[in-house]
Amino acid sequence: MNSYIPHSDEDIRSMLSAVGVQSIDELFNDVPEELRLKQDLAIPEGMSEEEVLRLIRKYASMNSLGTSYLGCGSYDRIIPSAVSGIVSLPTFTTAYTPYQPEISQGVLQAIFEFQTMICELTGLDVSNASLYDGHTAASEAAAICFNQRRKSKTLLVSPTVHPFTIQVLKSYFSDMGFSITVLPEKDGMPVFDSLSSYLDSSLAGLLVQSPNIYGLLEDYSGIADTLHEEGALFIISSDPMSLGMVKSQAEWGADIAIGDTQPFGLHQCFGGPTAGYIAAKEKLLRKMPGRISGQTVDIDGNRAFVLTLQAREQHIKRERATSNICSNQALAALTTSVYISLTGWAGIQQAAELSYQKAHYLAEKLTETVGLSPVCSSPFFCEFTVDFSTTERAEKFLSGMKEKGIFAGVHLGAVSPGREGLVAIAVTEKRTREELDLYVEAALEAAHE
Amino acid sequence: MSNVIAELKYTNKHEWIKIEGGKAYIGITDFAQEELGEIVYVELPEIGEIFEADDEIASLESVKAAAAMYNPLSGKVIEVNESLEDAPELVNDDPYKNFIYVLEYSNPSELDELINADAYTAFIESLEE
Amino acid sequence: MNERLIFEKSRKGRRGYFFPACDIPENEQTQSLPDTYSRCTVPELPEVSEIDTVRHYNQLSRKSFGVDLGFYPLGSCTMKYNPKVNEAAASLEKFTELHPLQDSSTTQGALKLMHELTGYLCEITGMTWGTLQPFAGAQGEYTGMKLFRAYFTQKGEMQRNNLIVPSSSHGTNPASAHLAGFTVIEIPADERGMVNPEYLEPYLNDELAGIMLTNPNTLGLFETDILAAAKKIHDAGGLLYYDGANMNAIMGKVRPGDMGFDVVHLNLHKTFSTPHGSGGPGAGPVLVSERLTPFLPVPDIGFDGKKYNFVWDKPMTMGKVSGFNGNFGILIRAYTYIRVMGSKGLKKASEMAVLNANYLKTRLMSKYELKYPGICKHEFVLSASRIKEETGITAMDIAKGLLDLGIHPPTMYFPLIVPEALMIEPTETETRETLDDFADIMIQLAEQAYHEPELLHAAPITTPVRRVDEVQAARKPVVRWRKESN
Repeated sequence: MNSYIPHSDEDIRSMLSAVGVQSIDELFNDVPEELRLKQDLAIPEGMSEEEVLRLIRKYASMNSLGTSYLGCGSYDRIIPSAVSGIVSLPTFTTAYTPYQPEISQGVLQAIFEFQTMICELTGLDVSNASLYDGHTAASEAAAICFNQRRKSKTLLVSPTVHPFTIQVLKSYFSDMGFSITVLPEKDGMPVFDSLSSYLDSSLAGLLVQSPNIYGLLEDYSGIADTLHEEGALFIISSDPMSLGMVKSQAEWGADIAIGDTQPFGLHQCFGGPTAGYIAAKEKLLRKMPGRISGQTVDIDGNRAFVLTLQAREQHIKRERATSNICSNQALAALTTSVYISLTGWAGIQQAAELSYQKAHYLAEKLTETVGLSPVCSSPFFCEFTVDFSTTERAEKFLSGMKEKGIFAGVHLGAVSPGREGLVAIAVTEKRTREELDLYVEAALEAAHE
Repeated sequence: MSNVIAELKYTNKHEWIKIEGGKAYIGITDFAQEELGEIVYVELPEIGEIFEADDEIASLESVKAAAAMYNPLSGKVIEVNESLEDAPELVNDDPYKNFIYVLEYSNPSELDELINADAYTAFIESLEE
Repeated sequence: MNERLIFEKSRKGRRGYFFPACDIPENEQTQSLPDTYSRCTVPELPEVSEIDTVRHYNQLSRKSFGVDLGFYPLGSCTMKYNPKVNEAAASLEKFTELHPLQDSSTTQGALKLMHELTGYLCEITGMTWGTLQPFAGAQGEYTGMKLFRAYFTQKGEMQRNNLIVPSSSHGTNPASAHLAGFTVIEIPADERGMVNPEYLEPYLNDELAGIMLTNPNTLGLFETDILAAAKKIHDAGGLLYYDGANMNAIMGKVRPGDMGFDVVHLNLHKTFSTPHGSGGPGAGPVLVSERLTPFLPVPDIGFDGKKYNFVWDKPMTMGKVSGFNGNFGILIRAYTYIRVMGSKGLKKASEMAVLNANYLKTRLMSKYELKYPGICKHEFVLSASRIKEETGITAMDIAKGLLDLGIHPPTMYFPLIVPEALMIEPTETETRETLDDFADIMIQLAEQAYHEPELLHAAPITTPVRRVDEVQAARKPVVRWRKESN
């Protein structure tokens, strides 16, 4: 037996007697006889903590790591040492949602600060306590658009948005009478020529992503104005690290900004937990999903924070709520707040600039030395795509590199039909010049084997 | 006991209606504002929008509750009470003075569906029992 | 008093962290971005030193409350102890540094863990297979509703749009059903506080999609007519959804699959001891019966006898729910917990959770009303309506009184069918002494309502802030700090 259940035999006996029953089984007498399980669950017997850890370490050792150039929405970035100590503080980890403001001021203030940081980074007015991840954030943003434009039925989506985001959007909306319409693509970019043909009251908005699935930066000059003429909304998804250099969503005229905060202090952890972020113009505040911390005062007039605008939420509105979300990724959002506090704007700019320089260094060396050049000439941030023409050649390159301990990139064909042979290579501030030179050396062999 | 004004028409969804020419001023009753508590937000319809009877047209929120308003008469919204955007508490202060929106109604026969003050009073008394 | 905001501690030029200098020689560096793409605006982010950052968040953590600090009998939330070995397991580097799109030959351990966890959860619930993608219970519900829809669409029964939800259900149930496009029909509880199969009769037709239930329900009562209800729903062509929020009451005792449920979600952060993290991350795996397996989200996790892999080829799939693999870090913790507990440990956990709840209920019944009497499962709902009537002290006042005594209040005003509700879930990890202390305090507060009500009206007085003005927060929302206003 384990230490999480404190009851001694004497405890059990005396408590049963206080309740007025003879046995534990009597406490389950209300379960119809034919339903009661007659045998033990087919789950291995329990083990001591030490034995379980030994087992789990064995499982962990069945995974392997390499020098990572994998991106596509999850990045191997530097995490300052101070982060983990702070976010493992027990009142952060073992608390529930801060429904009791008097004893949750710390968490509520941290959320308020997170909201502010996201607003500042994106340039938009309001934000929330976080969403599940960057992909589901797109669905929540789409729901805001459909809600705001009552007669709308269509969300336009750029083809260069992460394919998983598009899949999540489709599973959320396509059986609901809404259309998720993907624009055409040319040279790694969305083609906006047909945009005007969609402009009517049935259009909810447009979702784009920059840096896009190929790592390329997109130019949205004029797009917001075109959409706003009809009242449609503009959603831009961005890797928050790119915002250290690249125009913010607000600077492009977006109404809603979304993304995933993983690059800011969160381990990749096989994809989660991370935190989705969302920010929007003031007029959309009451359409925002999820938890929002607001500033107010207590009865003594002191500044206080509280979960606010709760009437939007499921526990009050039930089936009329703006979203069914009733949690957020609070601890992941806190991690991001701590990261931003430590690095500040200067640190984010530094990490962004380092990533940019190193990615361009690698791209240049690969072009010069190996003859592997980025597929498009458009500017990129820290990720670029090279073309091996076929799945076979791409996979062969990647497995050759893997043997040398290098996870050389993501084969886009594996996650996105139609992109066979394309490999996205991400470079972060964590990679050293020495590692980059090793990549080039290894690539020279792997590409020509 | 909630205040009910004799000259107005009502629905059993706690809306009051005041007819002036072809226009209907529509708000929520004293009973409704008491039930809801301190109102923190009123979501108004847009001017020019056309609604059928029974469409959800507006909503009112307090800290712990949200209530939808269902449009009692088919027609076009021609005015909304913009002062509620910054001061939703006006509905608490005087629900009959502070209408929510004004409708140019299109189907006068629907007026027959509305109930008078006596019937509404009886209705809310039955709820309070 | 409140801590100053981190923005208010900011001083120009201060830094809490420096990245390494650029090791690319200057002559090999790239030009900066073209103007079209360059950011022009400077965000106001805090500029603070490392120690200021550490102190700031430590101060904030002191103004918060967690299970590690004190008793947390929050009904429906299963605030049990979060074992520390879970954290040790989840922080192994070969888990935390895994990229979600790594080649599956390099993630066999992670996939094996996920595959086995799915199997264990199926065994616990009596289901066939499932998905670990949903990030939370609410997303699990939503996934479940989408599975209903995919199933009916495939059968050509798109008209099945009516989804029954008891009035005592969690608010997420109707919200999830509505967002998935179903028409929600609320049915009342009968005089026992239960779903009465008779009440289903009017909806048993070809427009019925199904029903969402928790069992035990939100009153902590086992729905004894579940088999009759399940038969009626199934005979009418509908499906049953099990909200696993209350699974902690029945592990190893009775299984949703055996009760007739077709789709189940579990809250790993409740039943399986993963920390709540101040409101997430959690995990809401969804398990289904045989006939719904073709519709599960992609990718599935497969095992061919030698290798684990992601399976994308599922032609009838409902699609994708999360970007990558859900909250993998949470899955590791839940897996660790299940292996420590084992089959007997899980069963004992439920037995002791039910014993603790019944014991506490027995101790409190004299001072508070129990609207629905009888043996409860892992939680019970008291009402303070008599106290309110006689003294003016509400459930809220009692809750605020608890805050002054270092105890997290029960869930209040839920379920909606009990006036002045106090929903109490002690969990199995609490000792008898903790329960006794809590009972003594609750009794003392009930007496205080009669003798010194002014103290309860004023409570809390020892907390960092006192009762807050929620009306002002909602009327004039201030949801961010701005430089100019400070």
